[in-house]
Amino acid sequence: MQQLLNGLFIGSIYALFAIGFTLVFGILDRLNLAHPAVFAASAFVGIELVESAGMSIWVAIPLVFVFGALLGLVIERVAFRPLKGRPDAHFAGLISSIALAGMVIALLQWRYGPDTRRFPIGAFPDVRLEVAGAQVTLLQVVILAVSVALMVALTYLVTRSRLGRGMRAIAENPTAARVLGVNVDRVTATTFSISSALGAVAGVLFAMNVNSAQLGMGTAIELKGLAVIIVGGMGSLPGALIGGLALGLAEVFAVQYIGSSWRDVIAFGLLFLILLLRPQGLLGARRVREV
Amino acid sequence: MRIKLTTLAAVSVATLVLTSCGSDDGGDGDTGEGAAGDGATGGLAGEGTGDDCVIEGDVAVGAALSLTGAAASYGESQQSGLELAAQHLAEKGGVTYDLTIEDDQTDPRQGITVFEQFVGDDVSVIIGPTLSNGAFQAQPIAQEGGVPVLAISNTASGITAQGDYIFRDSLTEQQVIPQTIATAAQTYGLERVIVMYSNDDAFTESGYEVFAGSLESEGIEVIDTLTFSKADTDFRTLLTEARDTEPDAVVVSGLIEAAIPLVTQARELGIDVPIIGGNGFNNPQLMADAGDAAEGVVVGAAWNSASDNPENVAFLEAYDAEYDAAPDQFAAQAYTGLMLIDYAVRSNCSAERDDIKAALGEIDAVPTVLGEISINDDRDAEHPAVVQVVEDGAFAVLE
Repeated sequence: MQQLLNGLFIGSIYALFAIGFTLVFGILDRLNLAHPAVFAASAFVGIELVESAGMSIWVAIPLVFVFGALLGLVIERVAFRPLKGRPDAHFAGLISSIALAGMVIALLQWRYGPDTRRFPIGAFPDVRLEVAGAQVTLLQVVILAVSVALMVALTYLVTRSRLGRGMRAIAENPTAARVLGVNVDRVTATTFSISSALGAVAGVLFAMNVNSAQLGMGTAIELKGLAVIIVGGMGSLPGALIGGLALGLAEVFAVQYIGSSWRDVIAFGLLFLILLLRPQGLLGARRVREV
Repeated sequence: MRIKLTTLAAVSVATLVLTSCGSDDGGDGDTGEGAAGDGATGGLAGEGTGDDCVIEGDVAVGAALSLTGAAASYGESQQSGLELAAQHLAEKGGVTYDLTIEDDQTDPRQGITVFEQFVGDDVSVIIGPTLSNGAFQAQPIAQEGGVPVLAISNTASGITAQGDYIFRDSLTEQQVIPQTIATAAQTYGLERVIVMYSNDDAFTESGYEVFAGSLESEGIEVIDTLTFSKADTDFRTLLTEARDTEPDAVVVSGLIEAAIPLVTQARELGIDVPIIGGNGFNNPQLMADAGDAAEGVVVGAAWNSASDNPENVAFLEAYDAEYDAAPDQFAAQAYTGLMLIDYAVRSNCSAERDDIKAALGEIDAVPTVLGEISINDDRDAEHPAVVQVVEDGAFAVLE
């Protein structure tokens, strides 16, 4: 039971991180590798807000959300928009986003130094609950609730709102969307902004969950995020949710039943298994490319 | 980063560098043994002995520390310790040390580069690097170049076995851990324990092996051995495994970066038994960042911060006055390291590489911050260890 919950909590953070990844990929067909840098940057900014500005964590999380959204706009503007007319825009955007990620991390190191940073003791009330014999902290419950709420809100946004319709139109065919009167640039920028805001919240929640933020924390989760979106199906939002939880649980049960040394082998072995059996991912639609 | 002891020194260093360049060019490229060293670092033999020793040239000391990266918190302490020692030695007079501290970025490849630079720059002795991982990679370069190395924090086995120029003032895990386990077993009546260690680091892996050996010789049953990566921060899965076996204690070999979240999460999950850590846990940051969760953590240490030997009392006072903070073991060992080098230089009154090497090997019962140190035939330091437990947010001696 405890292990199931452990897997669920860590999995929900993987999912929140991966959803930001997959949103940009599914709609714009771009892989934004600056996403892990947003994850790390927001953790540091969140800690700074709580530590130096003395804010409550409840105020800090929405602010980090806004910070992530702004960073998303910057990423789109700097790393993707200038390249969008080029024939190799996919690949060029991939590279330029890696470069931007490197710059963000360098700026973080300049601002905060190389040390691991932590939330001050008592930043979050240390309440422990017992659920079916398992120890759960209030913090973990909040993490799960925030992740799920954000994912539900996003799904609603994409399927129901005008903005969402614009996003889906662009995903289908950017040129046709433009002809139909969708402001493609604005929707693209908004998509990046939402994606990064989600990644930012994931970052701050992760830092709270393990009580530490390191410069390399984005790199550590990057591979897992990519695995999640492949398992879930590239571009599928519910797929990323399920993929995230699946990876979290796979890691936990690998430790419980096989051995701690085998954790990554199992988790990433699962990735290859799914690639072999179901190349489009759990919930991905098989892409038909028309000539 | 370069730290000049005196501004005056800069001029003489420049001269020294010029002469040494000249003799290098005239000599040979292959600095194998003493002959080349003598030519390169001329003017380093002085007159007098011990405290009266006077050496005209500046004695160049290179330190390769991890000032950035995963081990940065250790490296910073070491830097503080070395700089304080350099200050004290400058006040003493007679011998002028030119201490150069370079960052190896917690990256063995960078460590190799720094060592190559030191060997080429004709330093008399090299201090460091911070982690055993880096030491194994970098030390052969100094050994080949005939430059003595004094390790000030490495505790993995085999460090000094790399060559006869390699010494250390830090106690090995082999020296500290058996004592830790024996004391803890006696105090808490341990019968069954869980062992956890990060298996991608030379330091924690060698720590694990000693733990396993000591547990066996004490007749304590190991229920399960769990491994993690030194970059991990979420240990709840492993700790849940550990908790469900109801151990008498959790034995952990890991670095401080892992120790803090591990200890926090263990207490969160309701693991209230003692957590016995290796040398990586021996850091006041543990109490600062893990808070109440750190209570009951047991760790063996090479330095007893509460020791009342006069060197230690003076060190604590001076460190507090200089940095307004309490030193940790890394600072104490670094401070001791430079002091031992000074002792070695003065005992033959020469800063030639081979003379320092010979003198380091003969160190016997020298009073230091760490207690009376002797260097044994394996070039490892021998001095008393101490077992500590966290009580009320501070290390107390476990008895």
